[in-house]
This record gives sequence, C-alpha cells and structure tokens, in this order.
Amino acid sequence: MFDLQSALANARFDGIAQIRELGLQGMITLRGDVAAPVLKKAATAASGTAMPGQRKAVFSDTGGMAWMSPDELLILCPYAEVTDRLEALTDALAGTHALAVNVSDARAVFEVSGPHAREVVAKLCPVDLSPQAFSPGDFRRTRMAQVAAAIWADDDQTLRIICFRSVARYVFGVLSVAAQKGSEVGYFQAG
Amino acid sequence: MLILECPCCGVLADETELTAGGEAHLKRFGPESSDDEFEGYLFRRENPRGVHFERWRHSHGCGKWFHAARNTVTLEVYGTYSAQTTEPPEAIRQKISGVAPGWKWRLFK
Ligand SMILES: [Zn+2]
Repeated sequence: MFDLQSALANARFDGIAQIRELGLQGMITLRGDVAAPVLKKAATAASGTAMPGQRKAVFSDTGGMAWMSPDELLILCPYAEVTDRLEALTDALAGTHALAVNVSDARAVFEVSGPHAREVVAKLCPVDLSPQAFSPGDFRRTRMAQVAAAIWADDDQTLRIICFRSVARYVFGVLSVAAQKGSEVGYFQAG
Repeated sequence: MLILECPCCGVLADETELTAGGEAHLKRFGPESSDDEFEGYLFRRENPRGVHFERWRHSHGCGKWFHAARNTVTLEVYGTYSAQTTEPPEAIRQKISGVAPGWKWRLFK
C-alpha cells in the first residue's frame, strides 16, 4: 500500500497565531456551466451542500463547496471518500459538457487561528480581511505573497487557506514569518 | 496602486492580483494578410498620454480575462467590461466623454 502523506505532515507553528497544515483533504475541481440544472444537481449531491453563491462557500458535516470562478466549483470531502464521490459525480455528468477532476494531492490546506489570525493573513494578501468585510461563508481567491491561494473563514478567529502542494513549504514559511512573536499590528481589534 | 473591479467575479483587485495583457481590441491579421497589416497587428501599439484601453487577467483570482478603460495620466479608471467584445461599451464611452471630451483612441471616440 502507498503511505499517503499530505504536503507537510501536519506541520505547525505557534506565534501570534497558530499555523497548522491540516493533512489530507479530499478536493474535486468541477468546471462547467454552473447554472445548468444537471450540473447543480450533480454538484450538490457530491458535496452534500447547497450551491454556493458568487465568492461564497457552503459547508456541511462531511463536505463543502466553494465558488471558484463563473465556471468553476471546488468540492471538499473527506480524503477517503473522494474516489467514490468523483465516480458518482462523473456518472451524473455523463453527456454533459463538464469536467470533474480529483485534485486532492495537488493541494495543501492550512489553518490560521487565534485572535490575530486575520492580520497574519492580511499581511500577505491584498484583501480586506476585517470581520465586517470577510466573514464565515465568504470565499476569496487571491495572491498570498508570491503564490496563488484561496481563503475562507471558519469562524471569526479561524481562517483556512488552500494553496498548491508544490508551494506548501513556501506558504507555511511566509505564514510563520507573518505570525512571528511580537509582530502584532492590532489593526483588526479582536471582539 | 491600480485597483480594478473584475467584471467576472466582482472582486476589487489590486494590480498585484492581476496580470496585464497589453492593448485591447486588437484585430488579428494572420496568413493571407498584407505585410503592413501583419506588422501592425504584431508591433504597432498605442502609447497614449490619457485615455487607454487594456486587457487584464485576474490571474490570482478567478482566472478570467477582462477589459479595462483608464487614464494613463490621472490613473482614473473609467470602468471594466467583458473580454467578449470587440469594442468598448457605450456606457463606458459616454463616461469617458464626460470627463475627457474629444478623446480619441484608435478607431474609437
Ligand atoms: Zn475575477
């Protein structure tokens, strides 16, 4: 059997926020006409959630779905279920102009948590991460330092980040630097 | 810092999230065209002080191409619009005329 490993084997860093690499996460990229009923039906069945609105993400206990672009969705599920869910999704989309691909092993997922989590990420991304502008349910693709990343908020003090696996070490590094002890900015007042 | 609103995903993206795609509304000349047309398509570009139309890609966001109308002197952004068009929309042309009467850019005014 293969010894399945996520990019950084649950690496963690504790500074003004806690950075954790979250391990293996099932992810399916789905491209197609997201307004088409057949695609909506197949996507919601695969994710176990409703359809997300523009720049939104929706989650359930075992899955999630994020709006990536006008013709792209990202379906999240437990890593062990991704093959089955992809097969069902592909079957449901037979004959439809759409593409579903397992990208789980092409990505890495991080969690940044704590009262300063927002400012750690805001140091690296050209995005308004104030609690008023970015709250749970929002989803944003952007640039994190020099690489592409996608961000959402689990709660007010917890952000999650997806990046390409090939740059996971880089992202962990810049997040750790941005979270160094004593580097609080205090721009977003907690609470 | 240039900030453009991506018409495909609605994000107010600063230029570091975008990739410049050069001049907008170029007409492609390929095989069978004259040497002058082909040279113009490949090399001749506007370089205006003032109103300008460009292609941009939301490369670190939704990934889509779009058009932007802006002023290279004042850095004012007149608007962004779909990539799926060969000319600036009327609403944007009128807006430009309001602030820069008599503007001219290639075939458009
Ligand atoms: Zn966009």
